[in-house]
Amino acid sequence: MTNETIVAISSPQGSGAIAVIRADGDDVFTVVNRLFLPAGQKGDVANLTPRKVHFGQIVDGEQTVDEVLVVAFHAPHSYTGNHMVEISCHGSRYIQQKILQLLIDRGGQAAQAGEFTMRAFQNGKMDLAQAEGVADLIASTSRASHKLAMQQMRGGFSAQISTLREKLLHFISLIELELDFSEEDVEFADRTQLKQLLEEVDGLIHKLLNSFTLGNAMKNGFPVAIAGNTNVGKSTLLNRLLNEEKAIVTDIAGTTRDVIEDVINIEGVEFRFIDTAGIRDTREKIEAMGIERTFNQIDKAHIILLLVDATQPHEAVRETIQKVEKRIRDTGKKLLVLLNKVDQVKDEQALEETEQAIGQELACDDQWLRISAKTGENIEGLISYLLDAVNYSALEQNEIMVTNVRHYEALKRASEAMDRARQGLDSGLSSDLFAMDVRQVLHYLGEITGEITTDEILGNIFANFCIGK
Amino acid sequence: MNPTYDVIVVGAGHAGSEAAAAAANLGSRVLLITMDMTKIAQMSCNPAMGGIAKGQIIRELDALGGYSGVVTDQSMIQFRMLNRSKGPAMWSPRAQCDRMKFSRKWREQLERIPNLDFWQDKVERLLIKNDTVYGVVTDLGISFHGKTVIVTAGTFLNGLMHIGSTQIEGGRAGEAAAKGLSGQLLAHGFETGRMKTGTPARIDGRTIDYSQLREQPGDDKPGQFSFMPLEGVLEHERSCYITFTDRNVHGILEKGFDQSPMFNGTIDSIGPRYCPSIEDKIVTFSERNSHQLFLEPEGEHTVECYLNGFSSSLPWEVQYEGIRNLPGFENAKIFRPGYAIEYDYFSPTQLQYTMETKKISNLFLAGQVNGTTGYEEAGAQGIIAGINAHQKVNDLQEFILNRDQAYIGVLIDDLITKGVDEPYRMFTSRAEYRLMLRQDNADVRLTELSYNLGLASQYRYDLLTGKVQHRDHVLSFIRQHSTSPEEINPLLKNLDTSEIKQKRKLVDILLRPQVNIYQLIEHVPGLHSIYERLPGRRDEIMEAAEILIKYSGYIDREKEIAGKLNRLEHLRIGPDFNYDKLQSLSFEARQKLNRVKPRTIGQASRISGVSPSDISVLLIHFGR
Repeated sequence: MTNETIVAISSPQGSGAIAVIRADGDDVFTVVNRLFLPAGQKGDVANLTPRKVHFGQIVDGEQTVDEVLVVAFHAPHSYTGNHMVEISCHGSRYIQQKILQLLIDRGGQAAQAGEFTMRAFQNGKMDLAQAEGVADLIASTSRASHKLAMQQMRGGFSAQISTLREKLLHFISLIELELDFSEEDVEFADRTQLKQLLEEVDGLIHKLLNSFTLGNAMKNGFPVAIAGNTNVGKSTLLNRLLNEEKAIVTDIAGTTRDVIEDVINIEGVEFRFIDTAGIRDTREKIEAMGIERTFNQIDKAHIILLLVDATQPHEAVRETIQKVEKRIRDTGKKLLVLLNKVDQVKDEQALEETEQAIGQELACDDQWLRISAKTGENIEGLISYLLDAVNYSALEQNEIMVTNVRHYEALKRASEAMDRARQGLDSGLSSDLFAMDVRQVLHYLGEITGEITTDEILGNIFANFCIGK
Repeated sequence: MNPTYDVIVVGAGHAGSEAAAAAANLGSRVLLITMDMTKIAQMSCNPAMGGIAKGQIIRELDALGGYSGVVTDQSMIQFRMLNRSKGPAMWSPRAQCDRMKFSRKWREQLERIPNLDFWQDKVERLLIKNDTVYGVVTDLGISFHGKTVIVTAGTFLNGLMHIGSTQIEGGRAGEAAAKGLSGQLLAHGFETGRMKTGTPARIDGRTIDYSQLREQPGDDKPGQFSFMPLEGVLEHERSCYITFTDRNVHGILEKGFDQSPMFNGTIDSIGPRYCPSIEDKIVTFSERNSHQLFLEPEGEHTVECYLNGFSSSLPWEVQYEGIRNLPGFENAKIFRPGYAIEYDYFSPTQLQYTMETKKISNLFLAGQVNGTTGYEEAGAQGIIAGINAHQKVNDLQEFILNRDQAYIGVLIDDLITKGVDEPYRMFTSRAEYRLMLRQDNADVRLTELSYNLGLASQYRYDLLTGKVQHRDHVLSFIRQHSTSPEEINPLLKNLDTSEIKQKRKLVDILLRPQVNIYQLIEHVPGLHSIYERLPGRRDEIMEAAEILIKYSGYIDREKEIAGKLNRLEHLRIGPDFNYDKLQSLSFEARQKLNRVKPRTIGQASRISGVSPSDISVLLIHFGR
């Protein structure tokens, strides 16, 4: 019996200082290898000294996701008795989810509730009494999580799912009709029809799949980048929003070199604020890296709060805005320019001129706002902008549907099987063969759409086609 | 004084005949009781065997050493391989048979088995003591003692036929119903239900104007069902004919709807959705202007024809008028009208994999009495019941086929795990291992298993090993032989597929979708000489090799997908486990599991109402 690689976040839900992600299975070292770069050595995860902590980076292609600590356990000396890897990463929910998603993209599968324990039990690492305790837990938590999943289904989601289900059922029925009822006097779908239907199903799967990133954003906090030149008051603003002194606030330009994230809940909506290093041109190397990171953070955010200093000349303000506008052009991200430190400017006319300059640089649907992070002036205005932006975004996109990493995985596998089915259809493969790929699609989507059974397929055929000579 | 039999089989339809033959051929002393010796293995519905998924079942029956295949071959008047245009897993043999010859040939086969006795009578009740059956009592008041009893009562249990408002008790037109058995088993706590099926009118072929019908002939190169070579197959071939209803006919039939027991509430039992009556078709698919009908000859020489697609329980005058308005049927005479029949069935979740009932020891049920339809499905249950009755009497291991071994395995697992809510018929879509369960390899899948039991004959086994040897020889040639551009390019060019520039393995050429093995035989002298040297069954052997090469990739994938589920099939659950002990299971799961008593966690996972989280709980409990 082979054990597939299963992965899960093992630390409590939510953000903390650090989080632990666990992976288990015969190929676990190979899977982790695909995203982990141990520091200072080229080695394979399999060759790391077992049960010792190793420092390194989790990478997504070229990009570093996080710096982590990794421990490799070799069978049978692990919790489950199989090969295992534990990754300790930084605790932000975004990072946890991202690493989990990477593990799944690189060959892992999201673990079922209690699956690690199950494996431990099967390998004789637990006795029956212990295991039965866990069984109770699994049963109750998986029921609870199912309930949760049902509750999560927002109107748009369940409508999309039922359309997907309907189309899939229709599609598989047409194929099985051709196979089991080829002798009947009914109209069989031609290849063009099947292909069109397949495209529709595939389109729906992709729509759901793409919504994962955005959906994840909703669930784990709506990402908002706070950007601006050094010393413009970004950390002060963040602190104002957080009402606590988490960011290091000083007057020395470039103090905030690392990206700091924090989630705050405003009227029920979670925002994940990302304080960034400045975007000032610099020759200092560390600072330059920070700036690149800033832009990376901007890429991940849906809303960018760009702070400009009301006490500075227009030209500097224009320049900053141009840089950011260039970076976010055609990305659908929202930009709000915050004219900060207005409490320090007494000349109303100067302020208006600055605003005019800002207006000229902004794309038409972007906006600006006067605030003072220090005194709190017009912070309510900022908050209501943020709430509007999220609502608008959700309404406009209306596609934040998949928030569950297991659903994401199922959709991803389904879409792969769908690709094979399409190839089969294109190359004129007989339908019994590509029906296998379609069966696989049904299998993967079962958890999302609800299982589609043979009885249901046959029922659908009998309801729609006059069978029975 | 009558002897004590090892196996008593009640009913000599398709299930009963296969059951009696299997048990007797294994060595049991068998008594076959039938109400009418002239109706053995009677085709009570249409005179055809096989079809999609069903043809595969007959091949499996044959591979196991059953007789349905041989008898079909000996009595067929038309052979067609359906689904030829699809992949080989879908190829399905179907035959029109001579109804009377079919029954005669079956009787001849049974009469040749020395330790098989016959008794013509009706079984009134079972002899049961301590929840164990030990014999039967007949209508004539005679008792027969048996170590096991297989009941194959078909549609005869409380059978009630309907033609319009006329109701007749009986199991088939002109035959009496069996009334005692259902009541007795009901009293023992068996769950029974009522089902319905129907049959169309029989037509006098002399009165049909065939020029208005479309002919449907058999295959140019007819095959056969049995893996054994047979003499005198298909000596008298006959065609079927196709015609259509029209709006006018629909209108005529609609006039009788208020007298139809289907619509006025007289019949409320469940009929098969895939085999609706003509009145059902008219109502459900009212947008259709016409429905296709097949006129199937009933035999080599008889004029009687079966009007397939026109099943009806309308008053006979209405049926008759409708028929007379079909094109070509203006002067038609009928031998008898169609009718609907209601009958008792026993919910098959009360059975074990061996077809033995859970409630009463040594009692087996097989065939339509378990809520299935079809001669093939009945025969399949019969052979499994017959084998297992013999095994039980002799204290031998149970004989069970898995879902990845045979359609018969799918059939029985579905029946006992899910139960039925309409008459169960096999479809290929029910099999998750569809690509493996082909008609061409039924012998490879099953003959050895049956040979090891002592059922399949030495001759049959030798045929199999010979076929496999020759097939492997062909396979190794195709895999090893390098073909040259000179040898193969003329063919490739002809087929409009890219030519080769240097030597290539023949297998790579065969893997191209455009290429088939017969073309290679023509163009590759080495393969041609292997083909020529084959002692017999040449095409069968070549095709078997071709299928293995062309579809191995898909078959491997299918195994991989289904294999994930298969893990659970090896995790056994004791038969007496009380699920109420596992409070972590949902209430519904506990109820269903206690009812079905699954044998493995795999079977448990197929029960509706048992969720994946329930399976996790079971895995933890039984998993190690």
